[in-house]
Amino acid sequence: MLEQAGDGAQILAGGQSLVPTLSLRLSSPSLLIDINRVVDSAPLERSDGIVCCGSRIRHVDVERSTLIREHVPLLALAMPHVAHPAIRNRGTPCGSVALADPAAEIPACALALNADIVLQNSIGRRTVPAGEYFIGLYETARLPTEVVVELRFPEAKIGDRFGFVELARRRGDFAIVGIAAAAQVEGDQIRNLRLVIFGCEPKPRMSAAAHAITQGLKFPELPIEEIAAAVAAELDPMENSQGDAAAKRQQAYAMAKRVMWQLNGRAA
Amino acid sequence: MNATSKSSVDVAFVVNGSAISDKVAPRTTLVDFLRQRLGLTGSHVGCEHGVCGACHVRVDGTVLRGCLFLAVQADGAEVQTIEGLSASGEIADLQEVFVRRNAMQCGFCTPGMLMIAADLLARREVPSREAIRDALSGNYCRCTGYQSIVDAIEEVARARHGLAV
Repeated sequence: MLEQAGDGAQILAGGQSLVPTLSLRLSSPSLLIDINRVVDSAPLERSDGIVCCGSRIRHVDVERSTLIREHVPLLALAMPHVAHPAIRNRGTPCGSVALADPAAEIPACALALNADIVLQNSIGRRTVPAGEYFIGLYETARLPTEVVVELRFPEAKIGDRFGFVELARRRGDFAIVGIAAAAQVEGDQIRNLRLVIFGCEPKPRMSAAAHAITQGLKFPELPIEEIAAAVAAELDPMENSQGDAAAKRQQAYAMAKRVMWQLNGRAA
Repeated sequence: MNATSKSSVDVAFVVNGSAISDKVAPRTTLVDFLRQRLGLTGSHVGCEHGVCGACHVRVDGTVLRGCLFLAVQADGAEVQTIEGLSASGEIADLQEVFVRRNAMQCGFCTPGMLMIAADLLARREVPSREAIRDALSGNYCRCTGYQSIVDAIEEVARARHGLAV
């Protein structure tokens, strides 16, 4: 149906990002296809080192899941920041990734964990790693005919550390600046730090500087201020009513310090 | 394609225990339908894009934004509005304490606040003030500044668990 309707059609899953854009007349699809009763969605489940989140899993399901708390702790840390309770009751992680709002938490977590994004249309199914999926402002590798049917998160390994921080006007509001971080650790040594900053640029960014600086370093002896300054310096923030570029770099610096303190203090 | 391009769609669902059926334009939100077609004006329309929480309704037991949910999506569902919660007595204690503690001034946000508070208090544990504030984070009040609303919900939570208030 999506393919017959052409470019003007949109999929309606939770509707918590899409319907506001309709209300504000920012988008006007020729056809809305409600998948809530159609798609045979996969449940939240774990197999072969992967935790899989299907298209009709709602944020609230992730928030309350012990499977997520144990095996994808970064998502559990992020979930209280994902909008408000009544929105989490309805919105979906797959929908969040499909629309790729720059202030959304799930895309940032997907990138920090290098999750696989499974896309499907009538021709077939393909998997795109999060690192190749987010292209620009609301722009992704998803074709108009494709539906995000699954998010596949690699499960946390022993010793891995995770952190999540977000600056917003009130809890659950759109992030001004947020950071999702995942560190692969052997002993105390950092093998791979994926620190993803979101909210202040058109798409979530994995900090190359944070990765490079921390490679091989040990917890808790990290040059946190140097890392935070490097993270902030990489940014090219969008200027808007919430602040100019300099203010957002300063906020990013503060958030980066906080997330590094979190990583320093806690093992998964 | 014919079924989807119609200017109105048949819907049938249950509202506060009564079965209703009607034709609605697909673009109609649930809260507009409840207010304009059924006269259930307790659910308020504030921001109309999911920010303020004044339009909270329950659909199949889950609180959601009535302005981000289309009436056609309610087909076959069980909808409860503030009128239903009020009539059933489910939130009588919350209502009484909201009045006594001045947890409302103009009252515009109150139905949405009561709706989410009822949901929070239905859980097993007594919520902390922090948890109450988190639960209310999606509801705007432009008059009373939240303090007395948190006080009221905390009092009811403690009273329901037999704790001193």
